[in-house]
Amino acid sequence: MSVPLTLLGLLEREPSHGYDLKREYDTFFGRGKPLPFGQVYATLSRLARDGSVVAAEAEPGAGPDRKRYVITEQGVSEIETWLTEPVAAEPHLQTVLFVKVVLALMSGRPAERYLDTQRAEHMRRMRELTELRRGGSLVDALLADHGLFHLEADLRWIDLTTARLDALAREVGR
Amino acid sequence: MNPAPSTAGGDQARGLLEAREVSVLFGQTPALRAATMSVASGEILAVMGPSGSGKSTLLHCLAGILTPNSGEVHFAGRRIDTMSEGERSALRRDQFGFVFQFGQLVPELSAEENVALPLLLAGVRRAEALERARSWFDRLDLDGLQGRRCGELSGGQAQRIALARGLVGRPSVLFADEPTGSLDSLAGEQVMELLVASARDHQTTVVLVTHDPRVAAYADHEIIVRDGAVAFTARTPA
Ligand SMILES: Nc1ncnc2c1ncn2[C@@H]1O[C@H](COP(=O)(O)OP(=O)(O)O)[C@@H](O)[C@H]1O
Ligand SMILES: [Mg+2]
Repeated sequence: MSVPLTLLGLLEREPSHGYDLKREYDTFFGRGKPLPFGQVYATLSRLARDGSVVAAEAEPGAGPDRKRYVITEQGVSEIETWLTEPVAAEPHLQTVLFVKVVLALMSGRPAERYLDTQRAEHMRRMRELTELRRGGSLVDALLADHGLFHLEADLRWIDLTTARLDALAREVGR
Repeated sequence: MNPAPSTAGGDQARGLLEAREVSVLFGQTPALRAATMSVASGEILAVMGPSGSGKSTLLHCLAGILTPNSGEVHFAGRRIDTMSEGERSALRRDQFGFVFQFGQLVPELSAEENVALPLLLAGVRRAEALERARSWFDRLDLDGLQGRRCGELSGGQAQRIALARGLVGRPSVLFADEPTGSLDSLAGEQVMELLVASARDHQTTVVLVTHDPRVAAYADHEIIVRDGAVAFTARTPA
């Protein structure tokens, strides 16, 4: 899962301190695996170096915790691009897709459209595999089937999430 | 029975079959709200979406079974929603084939008579109709079942008989509404294999209603119906 882009997405809502970002991240995306402080600050300084955020010295004093980070235009457009692109239709993409959906809802972006785009990408891959299994040997067919069943499970999740977007928006809304 | 009609002008390019802002009300309940979509000639299109979203209603409008409350339906450059019931039933008989979730075979008839039925209804002589019907048994892996009644067929066999009946008249468009909905996955796969192979052989256009992505993956494209409207079209713009 993409920690830098997720932090950027959280920063887009409002400028934040590293500590607050970590807390938000753990609340929404941590799932029992909290993000280490070291990783938060390392990621933020990399984002600052690359021009996606700037560190505003909000309070006097030293230390990373005193800095408030603000997303730049470039950072916003990186988020925009990332959210719009479907994830490669491979098994176990839920984590990334879940993050995208939640961030999209938080920022008032069209989460349903992202899910539809993802759905289309999955269907495209399923058509490829279906074609493969139709033309191929039994071994090809069995391997293709394995992929098809995984993609189908993802699609069920995508459909269910699409049907529950309103409720999810209320839950993650501020 | 007839070759796909050729049409002059731009309609063919836009789609062999088109729904334009089609709305349908059942009493107070809107089943379709300004649904717009099209199917190109020779295309296999999957119509997906949650149950109750309006997929079957859309299929019925496209097939001239149901007249929409508003909007237009065009087939091969002709507007069909304003046709008389007689014209539409001739159109269904001559140009369209149907397969539904439960084969809906006629229990009093043998398997081959069931397949021959559309031809018999279209006035084809009995001997010829039965001969043409029989030619499908081999293709659809049904040999030996010609004389059976529905009660003596497995679900998969009955559904392949229904498929043969849908295709026997060489329709321009085959309408299939959850054709594998009552089958296990192996039998469903066999039906889809045969449906797709036959459609490709004869350049038959297919409107395939299904909520099952594995079935939809046999199609060239998919559209999604949600709350009576076409919510998404995964199609590269022409
Ligand atoms: N003959 C009918 N009379 C009344 N309501 C109907 C009729 N057919 C369908 N509906 C309603 O219209 C909506 C769409 O139905 P349908 O097209 O069958 O959906 P789908 O095929 O996607 O499951 C549903 O709410 C259904 O209950
Ligand atoms: Mg239906």
